Amino acid sequence: MQRAVNDALRRIPVPVVWLAGAVPFALVIWDIFTGGLGVDPVAEIEHRLGRTALYFLAGGLAVTPLLRLTGISLMRFRRALGVICFAYAALHVATWVVMDMALLWGQMGRDIVKRPYLLFGMGAFLMLLPLAVSSNNLMIRKMGGQAWRQLHKLVYPAALLAALHWLWTIRVTEITPIFWVAAIVLLLALRLVIRRPLAWTRPRRA
Amino acid sequence: QSAGTMTGAPSPLSTDQTPNTFEEITNYNNFYEFGTGKEDPARNAHALTTDPWAVEIGGLVERPGSYGVEDLAPDNALEERIYRLRCVEAWSMVIPWIGVPLAGVLDKVGVQPGAKYVEFETLVRPEEMVGQRRAILDWPYREGLRLDEAMNPLTILATGLYDQPMPNQNGAPIRLVVPWKYGFKSIKSVVRITLTDREPVNTWKQLQASEYGFYANVNPEVNHPRWSQATHRVIGAGLFGGREETQMFNGYGEQVASMYAGMDLSVNY
Repeated sequence: MQRAVNDALRRIPVPVVWLAGAVPFALVIWDIFTGGLGVDPVAEIEHRLGRTALYFLAGGLAVTPLLRLTGISLMRFRRALGVICFAYAALHVATWVVMDMALLWGQMGRDIVKRPYLLFGMGAFLMLLPLAVSSNNLMIRKMGGQAWRQLHKLVYPAALLAALHWLWTIRVTEITPIFWVAAIVLLLALRLVIRRPLAWTRPRRA
Repeated sequence: QSAGTMTGAPSPLSTDQTPNTFEEITNYNNFYEFGTGKEDPARNAHALTTDPWAVEIGGLVERPGSYGVEDLAPDNALEERIYRLRCVEAWSMVIPWIGVPLAGVLDKVGVQPGAKYVEFETLVRPEEMVGQRRAILDWPYREGLRLDEAMNPLTILATGLYDQPMPNQNGAPIRLVVPWKYGFKSIKSVVRITLTDREPVNTWKQLQASEYGFYANVNPEVNHPRWSQATHRVIGAGLFGGREETQMFNGYGEQVASMYAGMDLSVNY
């Protein structure tokens, strides 16, 4: 079963994931031109891009626990998941800067240092930035595997900050953000609790 | 009442700013009784029965009792009030309300000399108000005003917008509008008005007193602890509409500032 799934996954070219990653963005563009964004299009674009970034972040964080728990490997797709996450995070920040805050740099600066939710969000984004920049074979070779792996551990605090960033904006108990915060905490906890592949996921000799 | 039949006498208290469209005003609402999403009220509020409707007026009044919407806001007393609305979430609209000054209603029921505050309550009817099936807020939604705020000529009970009876998602059949305060003070679908000598509980203050006060006057200098109130986005301005500077008392200082003379508004937020 596990082998069949992995064989099937190996036949999926990585560019398929890149294309799938572009779908939420294409839908935003589509909705801009067809009026599908509702009465407050700025908030809708901004929030949708932010949520999409978090979903891909959770997807990237799920790869290792999934491998350890089930033996199913999505490792080939992890770089794409991470870079797509960063692309949405960058679009989310750009929407905030240009459309929401209308380039009011003074207010943005004051807000970022004073408002925890912005501090969390900006912190997460700044942590993801070097990860995206180093997500290519050349950088891995240049840095060396050890240093590269060390750097990419930044994704853990970044994920927590991104989740808190969302949580800190809600006014009453809302299910969706709380679900995703819990999911991210669970994914981070899983890799602490299950440190190596479970016995049954390893191929056995007949 | 059939659609498109309401008219109100023009008022000098109206702004000459262009109102948001009916479409915008009725599809972007904070009315947690019907869900926490901005489109939830438009989707869910049709289930609300608004006829018959009674508003129980009591406490320190001469003529307590159960009043119908027609008793409180008769057709011949209706005025059009085009007001700016500033939400505590830092967005704004301009809305052409139809309604009557609250002062007239309070005069009709007779305010006793000991009364200092007015307390309002929204309907609780979870079978028709899906948002009330979860305890996201401590239902019923409650709000209050100081008596002088309630008697201010700007304060109205609204029963319509544009030329339509109040749409359910905007607080049918009768709601409060207090244009110099953040939108959450303007309580919707009111079923109880009580005159009292004690500062009423208001729902958002009860939930998070560090973020929402009793007064909730629009004030660019007093920030919400989690975000700035210095500027806001104008709903309907498009993708690159930018931000507008928030005015003290939402631009109604001339009519209301004197009520707060000598008060520290960063304490009484």
